[in-house]
Amino acid sequence: MIKEQQWTEEIKSQEPLFSINLKEVWHYRDLLIMLVKKDYVTFYKQTILGPIWFFVQPILTTLMYVVLFGQIAKLSTDGTPQIVFYLLGITIWNYFSESLTKTATVFKDNAAVMGKVYFPRLIMPLSIIVSGLMKFAIQFGLFIAAVLYYTFVEESIHPNIWVLAAPFLLLLMAAFSLGLGMIFSSLTTKYKDLIFLLTFGIQLFMYATPVVYSVSSIPEKYQWIINANPLTGIFECFRYGFLGSGNFEPSSLLFSTGVTVVMLVVGVVIFNKVEKSFMDTV
Amino acid sequence: MNKLAIKAENISKQYRLGEVGTGTLSHDLNRFWHKIRSKEDPYLKIGESNDRTSKGGSDYVWSLRDINFQVEQGDAVGIIGRNGAGKSTLLKLLSKVTKPTTGNFKINGRIASLLEVGTGFNPEMTGRENIYLNGAILGMRRQEITRKFDEIVEFSGVERYIDTPVKRYSSGMYVRLAFAVAAHLESEILIVDEVLAVGDAEFQKKCLGKMGDVSRGEGRTVLFVSHNMGAIQNLCNKGIVLANGEISHIGDVESSIHDYIKKNTTAVNLLELKERKGSGVIKIAEINVFGSTRETKPQTGLPCNIEVVIANLGNVNFSDVEFDVCVDDQFGQNILWMSNTLLGNSVNFVGNVLLFKMDRLLLNDGIYYITIYTTVKKDLADWVQNAVSFEVIEGDFYGSGKKVPSLLSKVVVDYNVEYS
Repeated sequence: MIKEQQWTEEIKSQEPLFSINLKEVWHYRDLLIMLVKKDYVTFYKQTILGPIWFFVQPILTTLMYVVLFGQIAKLSTDGTPQIVFYLLGITIWNYFSESLTKTATVFKDNAAVMGKVYFPRLIMPLSIIVSGLMKFAIQFGLFIAAVLYYTFVEESIHPNIWVLAAPFLLLLMAAFSLGLGMIFSSLTTKYKDLIFLLTFGIQLFMYATPVVYSVSSIPEKYQWIINANPLTGIFECFRYGFLGSGNFEPSSLLFSTGVTVVMLVVGVVIFNKVEKSFMDTV
Repeated sequence: MNKLAIKAENISKQYRLGEVGTGTLSHDLNRFWHKIRSKEDPYLKIGESNDRTSKGGSDYVWSLRDINFQVEQGDAVGIIGRNGAGKSTLLKLLSKVTKPTTGNFKINGRIASLLEVGTGFNPEMTGRENIYLNGAILGMRRQEITRKFDEIVEFSGVERYIDTPVKRYSSGMYVRLAFAVAAHLESEILIVDEVLAVGDAEFQKKCLGKMGDVSRGEGRTVLFVSHNMGAIQNLCNKGIVLANGEISHIGDVESSIHDYIKKNTTAVNLLELKERKGSGVIKIAEINVFGSTRETKPQTGLPCNIEVVIANLGNVNFSDVEFDVCVDDQFGQNILWMSNTLLGNSVNFVGNVLLFKMDRLLLNDGIYYITIYTTVKKDLADWVQNAVSFEVIEGDFYGSGKKVPSLLSKVVVDYNVEYS
């Protein structure tokens, strides 16, 4: 009689590689919402300007880039106004780099909570990605305002149908930073060296991504390096759609999508394996 | 036989001691090298049982080793053991915070674990927001929390502060709110680590009451870790005793507490006991507790003797020594205190043995333990806490065939009732 008993759950020491319980993640969706809310609420608690701070950083950085890369270094922006060119680059790069660095240290940062209670660990990186989206949405609003100004007042840029690809591009960015971040997070629990590697690595990575320059301004023989970067397709497509500039090719977007999917799958599998015992080494 | 709620099969958990450093990488690589050749993990073979007091030779210890047990639905199981015996590790594995090195658990029902109160509380957020956040972390759905919100607030007793950030709360209020959320979790299995050590007495009582309701009234399964034997006895009907990562006893709660106290207080040779204080010029070598003869156990109402054998390591003059004997019950409450100087007669040794003689033992039946405190010229010489335990068996103190229930009183006294 005992032998025939049904068990609702088993905790095993060894589990197959692809045992990911998405149903459970779905059950915890309220936690995801609460965590995003927490991030948002705690950001501006006890500040006077509140969410306005989200605007300050991209505006100041853009002005800095206009002076540094536009006026002094005189990097080409394919004829688009420097302000919108840099503002777009900064906004999407910020989203990517913040999502990546926060996801990469998710175990370390949340060890106190994760060491005491079980919930599907995947919720944590997901909440980082989603709460990053909130900030991105606010900053992107600023960019849209600039686009409208340059389109209808100055009439110096010409957005086209590719703006509709923006949600998909955003999804790609989110998935890419999530996947890469989860791969790092699994390694940083034990080997903290990688956190240092990541913090300066990401700065270098920015220069290998067309954030402050356009692909067309790169000499022919170095272009393959830029094109091997899966973020290039995403950045160029954003620019082509909203600013109507640059030489965007759909094939590069296909490449980005492929790399992202692989990254995400590898990330989730590794994360899923590490989450079960990371508490012993963090 | 009832249905099972939890079945543990060959559970082991290995931990690495020391710091994570360059050695870790080489061990990891070695482990990986064995794994790709489908060989057994080389570090699983080594490792020692987990005795925190002695220095071991290996970097790996088994915090738990080959644990097997079953818990029936509706049982309230107390898990007892000394610090480092593996109690918390066991709860962590069951809570899925970390996974076992070998073995598996089979579980029937949703588990809610309370290894700590207020996990994930954010100091900046208000009490209301934290109830939702904490509830969500514990696995509650939003509607579920909303439905129980008033009940939670009422239980916590912090209604007035509910819209104030919790960083302004007193630590007691914080714990009250946190426990209130956890206590209203709907789950078939509740796992509670020693979380009740905080909060005031009134609230502790309330929590224990709530947990009692959970196990008795609602028929849920409870696993409870505590060092408070009183709480364990009140709350649980079964017990699991862990010692150095292994199960030393499973059974009903009384026998488990008995077993735990017996194992942890009878040192074979008191002289070898390390947990003692004092200069050590004289040391307690042996303590024997017996009834009217050396072969009989002490019995309520009959003679009882406590014999203390002393090792005179510093050749001190015995006329200057003071011996205090303290008898505690199994919950650590002081019941009796005796001293050789209390009686006023002169200290007069022939050999090295003291005998405290009681003509009629006034202790009710139960388990007691003895703490001994000795001074030489008022300087502490040897102080051994809970050196030995002894059992007092039931006796007919009043000659009426009736007895004082041992739960109601630890002592029995001579008295008379006059009617007028």
